[in-house]
Amino acid sequence: MKQRKSDEDAVTTHHTMEIAVALMFAALAVVVMIDSNRVGNGWASDGPEAGYFPFYVGLIMFISSAAILIANLVSRTPNRSTFVERGQFVLVMKVLIPTIVFVGLIWLIGIYFAAAIFIAFFMYWLGKYPIQKILPVAILIPLALFVMFEIWFLVPLPKGPVEAMLGY
Amino acid sequence: MNLMHGFGVLADPMNIVYMFVGITLGVLIGVLPGLGGANGVAILLPLTFSMSPTSAIIMLSCIYWGALFGGAITSVLFNIPGEPWSVATTFDGHPMAQQGRAGEALTAAFTSSFLGAFVAIVLITFLAPVIARFALQFGPAEFFAVQLLTFCSFVGMGKEQPFKVLTAMMLGFALAAVGLDSVTGQLRMTFGSMELLRGFDFLIAVIGLFGIGEILLTMEEGLAFKGKSAKINAAVVLQTWKQLPKYWATAIRGSIVGCWMGITPGGATPASFMSYGLAKRFSRNGHKFGTGEMEGVVAPETAAHAAGTSALLPMLTLGIPGSPTAAVLLGGLLIWGLQPGPLLFIEQKEFVWGLIASMYLGNVVGLIVVLTTVPLFASILRIPFSIIAPVIIVICAVGAYTVHNAFLDIAVMLVFGVLGYIFKKLSYPLAPLVLALVLGDMAESSFRQAMLLSQGDLSIFWSNPLVGTIVTLALAMLFWPVISLAIGRLWPRSGSKAAVSLK
Repeated sequence: MKQRKSDEDAVTTHHTMEIAVALMFAALAVVVMIDSNRVGNGWASDGPEAGYFPFYVGLIMFISSAAILIANLVSRTPNRSTFVERGQFVLVMKVLIPTIVFVGLIWLIGIYFAAAIFIAFFMYWLGKYPIQKILPVAILIPLALFVMFEIWFLVPLPKGPVEAMLGY
Repeated sequence: MNLMHGFGVLADPMNIVYMFVGITLGVLIGVLPGLGGANGVAILLPLTFSMSPTSAIIMLSCIYWGALFGGAITSVLFNIPGEPWSVATTFDGHPMAQQGRAGEALTAAFTSSFLGAFVAIVLITFLAPVIARFALQFGPAEFFAVQLLTFCSFVGMGKEQPFKVLTAMMLGFALAAVGLDSVTGQLRMTFGSMELLRGFDFLIAVIGLFGIGEILLTMEEGLAFKGKSAKINAAVVLQTWKQLPKYWATAIRGSIVGCWMGITPGGATPASFMSYGLAKRFSRNGHKFGTGEMEGVVAPETAAHAAGTSALLPMLTLGIPGSPTAAVLLGGLLIWGLQPGPLLFIEQKEFVWGLIASMYLGNVVGLIVVLTTVPLFASILRIPFSIIAPVIIVICAVGAYTVHNAFLDIAVMLVFGVLGYIFKKLSYPLAPLVLALVLGDMAESSFRQAMLLSQGDLSIFWSNPLVGTIVTLALAMLFWPVISLAIGRLWPRSGSKAAVSLK
């Protein structure tokens, strides 16, 4: 992976992000209001209906996100400063993408082996550690978790085929 | 008498063991990036399901005290606040460490944290039973009014833009409403999904928002931790303790600011800043603040700890947490089958007074633990981020899974993590979101009960002087940004003065 040198490169500005997040909130508020309307936001014979409270929650959310949106759209001095620099964005993605893969792996092979692979990968890729330093950490931490949860506290964590083979 | 009874509960040696475990884990959590009081307690909460509620709350509240102490270590030694409330501690704490006075700075920080907490605990001891007795007369309308006041205070007292506070808060309420409506049995916002039937658990949200979000933020700031080493020995401690009485006025001011901000949901973070600002204005050495003044460490630490501790007062007496961590503890009470609120003081005497007694002892234990183990925890911080980060992410995943034994929760946690990262950067506040998510169902049900009583007439909220006052106060808080703007226009001078003192 080649990292770009110039850190001033903005991936996006604060202004754009503010508008995007406000729009997201407004959309969510509309969903909340529509669904509250579906279950009824009025007054039934036995008191307020299920959508009574959430409807107003959605309404306030819509109004306040609209206010943020309008304030950002009409602002004469929009905050054009960098929301995240390219270098920073790459760093964040370097954590986020392996984490997403890790969560996927949990589903496939259980949390213990996924954790070992995740920690080893992270240390190798970002920390550039030699293998003899990686192995103890990547093995001992999941093992400690296993002892603590499966044996000590008797709280089952997601397990995959390998643990099943070992009889857990 | 009740307190003595509480100390009797502590006589169980296992509770003392849990206390030490809690404090040590708490300091560890406070020191590590990405783990803090709120998500640390959230992750460990599922492990306490099988304990007795009293032992569980003792351990979890001790984690909280430990985290409060631990935040100071990273601030002083590494100039990285381990917790948001220790940001103000970096201003003078880190310069002291750079001058080779790290030991003094840490001793001052720990001792003043202890003092602040102690004042708050005494306040809880005497005030909590009074408030609880008073709150016994509350009906649904009164409860909703108090909850309204809590949420409106976020708008009036938060330093974020009012509309952002409102938006984040409403997101919390909306997420809380997802799932089965307990009154009518109807499904709300599940869109036919079985997984959404359970609703959104605030523990998952807390672990994601504060844990994963924090890791992403830390990653962005780069990975270098360059710290000062600390040596604390008895001589340094005694020497510092000799100097501390000079700052009694600052300590008292900090404690008062902290208690006030903790009970009203201002929280520990603004309390620490406010106390630092006040100390800077009133101190003779105010102009030297920022260059390594011990007073500049005392002020934020007393306030942060007093606020963090007194946040438990409204949680216990009214069922309204004053901080995100208190909110998680409140969630714990509900899981253990205890209903927080005034009745707790009648029906669960042993639990309440055991907890209060454990606060006294827990803070003494905390002070001893941190003073003796600082070098150990400082060395943990020297572990490179590329090892710590994946381990913390794994712990967060484990914590999220154990809440309901649901795989999807891990994915939800990840989504909350990304949200937390974006919200932090755009300064949407997380505390009202979390509190709304925790209190959403309670606020809704007291609102509906009140509406049932009055047959839908909103005037029930002004039906007696008590509820009327609270609701009016709440509305004043809600519209405070507008009101203060108007005051500023009408009387420019006094307005600007008020603005300065608020800083």
